[in-house]
Amino acid sequence: MTYFPEEVVERIFDFLATHRDRNAVSTVCKTWYRVERLSRRSVFVGNCYAVRPERVVARYPRLRSLTVKGKPHFADFNLVPHDWGGFALPWIEAAARGCPGLEELRLKRMIVFDESLELLARSFPNFKVLVLISCEGFSTDGLAAIATYCRVLRELDLQENEMEDRGPQWLSCFPDSCTSLVSLNFACLKGEVNAVSLERLVARCPNLRTLRLNRAVSVDTLSKILARAPHLVDLGTGSFTIDHRAEAYHKLINNFIKCKSLRSLSGFWDATPRCLPAVYPICGNLTGLNLSYAPAIQGADLIKLIRQCSKLQRLWVLDCIGDKGLAVVANTCKELQELRVFPSDVYGEGIAAVTEEGLVAVSSGCPKLISLLYFCHQMTNAALITVAKNCPQFTRFRLCILDPGKPDPVTNQPLDEGFGAIVQSCKDLRRLSLSGHLTDQVFLYIGMYAERLEMLSIAFAGDSDKGMVYVLNGCKNLRKLEIRDSPFGDAALLEDVGKYETMRSLWMSSCDVTLGGCKTLAAKMPRLNVEVINEMDESDELEENPSDLHRVEKMYVYRTVAGPRNDAPDFVWTL
Amino acid sequence: MEEDFRKGEECPHLLDLIPNERDWMVKEVGGGGKGFGVIEEKKLELRLGLPGSEDWPAVMGKQEEHSVESALSLGHYKLCKTSGINPSSVGAKRGFFDTVESKTEVFQQQQQQHPGFLQLQAKGKDLSPKTNGRAEQQSLERKACGSSVAHGSAAAPSRNAAGANNSSQTSRTATTPVVGWPPIRSFRRNLASTSKPSLESENGGLETAIKPENGGKGLFVKINMDGIPIGRKVDLKAYDSYEKLPLAVNELFQGLLAAQRDPLAAGNQKNPEEKPAITGLLDGNGEYTLVYEDDEGDKMLVGDVPWDMFVSMAKRLRVLKSSELSASSLLQLGAVTRKRTAAEC
Repeated sequence: MTYFPEEVVERIFDFLATHRDRNAVSTVCKTWYRVERLSRRSVFVGNCYAVRPERVVARYPRLRSLTVKGKPHFADFNLVPHDWGGFALPWIEAAARGCPGLEELRLKRMIVFDESLELLARSFPNFKVLVLISCEGFSTDGLAAIATYCRVLRELDLQENEMEDRGPQWLSCFPDSCTSLVSLNFACLKGEVNAVSLERLVARCPNLRTLRLNRAVSVDTLSKILARAPHLVDLGTGSFTIDHRAEAYHKLINNFIKCKSLRSLSGFWDATPRCLPAVYPICGNLTGLNLSYAPAIQGADLIKLIRQCSKLQRLWVLDCIGDKGLAVVANTCKELQELRVFPSDVYGEGIAAVTEEGLVAVSSGCPKLISLLYFCHQMTNAALITVAKNCPQFTRFRLCILDPGKPDPVTNQPLDEGFGAIVQSCKDLRRLSLSGHLTDQVFLYIGMYAERLEMLSIAFAGDSDKGMVYVLNGCKNLRKLEIRDSPFGDAALLEDVGKYETMRSLWMSSCDVTLGGCKTLAAKMPRLNVEVINEMDESDELEENPSDLHRVEKMYVYRTVAGPRNDAPDFVWTL
Repeated sequence: MEEDFRKGEECPHLLDLIPNERDWMVKEVGGGGKGFGVIEEKKLELRLGLPGSEDWPAVMGKQEEHSVESALSLGHYKLCKTSGINPSSVGAKRGFFDTVESKTEVFQQQQQQHPGFLQLQAKGKDLSPKTNGRAEQQSLERKACGSSVAHGSAAAPSRNAAGANNSSQTSRTATTPVVGWPPIRSFRRNLASTSKPSLESENGGLETAIKPENGGKGLFVKINMDGIPIGRKVDLKAYDSYEKLPLAVNELFQGLLAAQRDPLAAGNQKNPEEKPAITGLLDGNGEYTLVYEDDEGDKMLVGDVPWDMFVSMAKRLRVLKSSELSASSLLQLGAVTRKRTAAEC
């Protein structure tokens, strides 16, 4: 291959689709390394502290698309202090200096300031795609900068961010010359937007295919927007309350009917059952449906709706759908690939909305089901074994039994056998979340069978260090391990320290790891950052001089070539 | 460190099991290797009561003493999250705690074995003579915990009908939230309560119903009680009025206080009624009074200003003996009239 001109090699590399493949070829020889890095268009950084932004930018000067992730996953559930880190600014600054051709930036769980967004908007003339997921630290002022300066913006996708609302004017900052929008999602925005500006924006962007409105947008505005943009494919409604007797309601239905391309619906804030029939005309075409923000829609109405959605591939609902509703899903949605059932009554006093029965029904009725997130009040081993037999093709299986540590209610046994059946049967399983009463046995099974497992979430499970050791020894492809409230201590942590360099990260909170154990790990493995997150004040009586025996409340370990980070707040100690 | 671990003994079992068991032969794997199964059972037994020092994997390993100590601290941790090391809102501790209780109870029925909570207390007493300050602290915590543990196990059977009726467990534990559980985003947590048929969309329903500008963060302030070395933290954002705060304070310190007063009796199963509740924190009638420090460092009586103002001002809380309120540093409190106006709502 060395005799090929580099242009040819570059062309060949174009056929490599995945990051992994491109990373692999870059290690073959110096020539390939050089060719690969100069032709690399897209880079994914799974942990923003694993490498310095300057290094990435220096290596890939022709970068067009950058994806960076910050906080550990458990930050979603408030287990990570808000100011732990994950700042976007260094990345944007480095890219501004080194990759002026950047077109796409995707950030997840990072802290993004308005100044960062402004810098972003001004630094890249060709900037097209901004996706912010679960980020925080910015406000509508930052969005205004993006709208103002990104002349060829195609995608502005804001998912589940915590952003401050400083007024509706940001939307009006899109110049009249902006006609390039393909995707606009501001569903997580808290405040109002100017309806007229919104309608005009939609009207002048003929390529708009995805539009997700926030709760502040009225049904009236929605109706008008639909009239202007009948070619929408993915719609997130705003507030979905309307008097079904009113004229406006009929107009809405008519506008929905015109949207022949509509394939995905979400939003439905404040939706009441009487309003739902407005979408009946398009249900038959839907491949995606998200009703998880509409707690007022209960079982019977959900069933009526779902009965008409025979092409559904992705369904997100609240557990008020009930086992009966899930049975209807099983009968109707034969194309279903992803199901998420969220809890509607978190501190629930009572009616168990979905149980193992619903899951079993879906598993037997939906042969294409590969991704599951299921919150329920109880689960049995028998059900899990049945599910495992019915659906050996699961790639993502996340089960959350709301009562931590709850056993099989029929047999009072731990759920080891059930989850064991899942991992044994689902050979392509990449992501698994456990719950219920579990002993070390389940981890033995996971270590034995879950060969493709990449991410494992453990809570309130296990009996001893053996559990964690089984997993570390067995799961060859493990990349992310996150554990909370489980009795794993230093022995497990230090069992195989080399393992952590093959993984992206390890999170342990409320386990039995001690400060001494963390220090030992840090000493043995210089290319890991061992962070101890210690939220106590210095003046707390017990914390004067934490001894090595002191149990560590939160620990985050990740491999890195960047060394200890220099932006850690006081309560984060990198050992 | 490895030499102290039991891992060495058990490795042959594990290696035997793993290559052989390719099919789903559940029972064999679980029970295969008699020693393994027996050890599992023992582990279950021990988990109920107390990690006995001889069977618990010695984490720090070097000395027998140390292993007992850390084993106990592990046991202490597992059974009782009321350690001062874990700052969390009141509800959090009880939630996990109750869960463990319910698990324990289920196992009781299975194995006909009384949980070794009494064992727990016994070990605590054994340790207390040790001069190691840490052991004393731990045993103190454990005794305190022990009383509340006992409290929990005494209360549990009365709340649960006989039999493994787990649905009632759901209702019991469900009312006492564990931090970060269930694993859903904040905005989903309050969906049911913030969803209104009206078009009122002040906060878009995506933030918790408490205060949008805070991003839904909790506001944890430290709280110390006279005579108790262990401080706690309380999440002021979890309450919306002065009503619940004294109850929370009571929850935090009741057990510790009882243990402080009567360490030997902490081993007995106490009903909650036997432990003196901490009352009258706000009205001046109780043995203790609740005060707070504001951002200027002044000590003020809790309850004098509207709740929201209090939350924004309070930097630290203290539970003081009412008899000591006349101490010099608190003279200013005596001058403050105890107005009970809109502050109560």
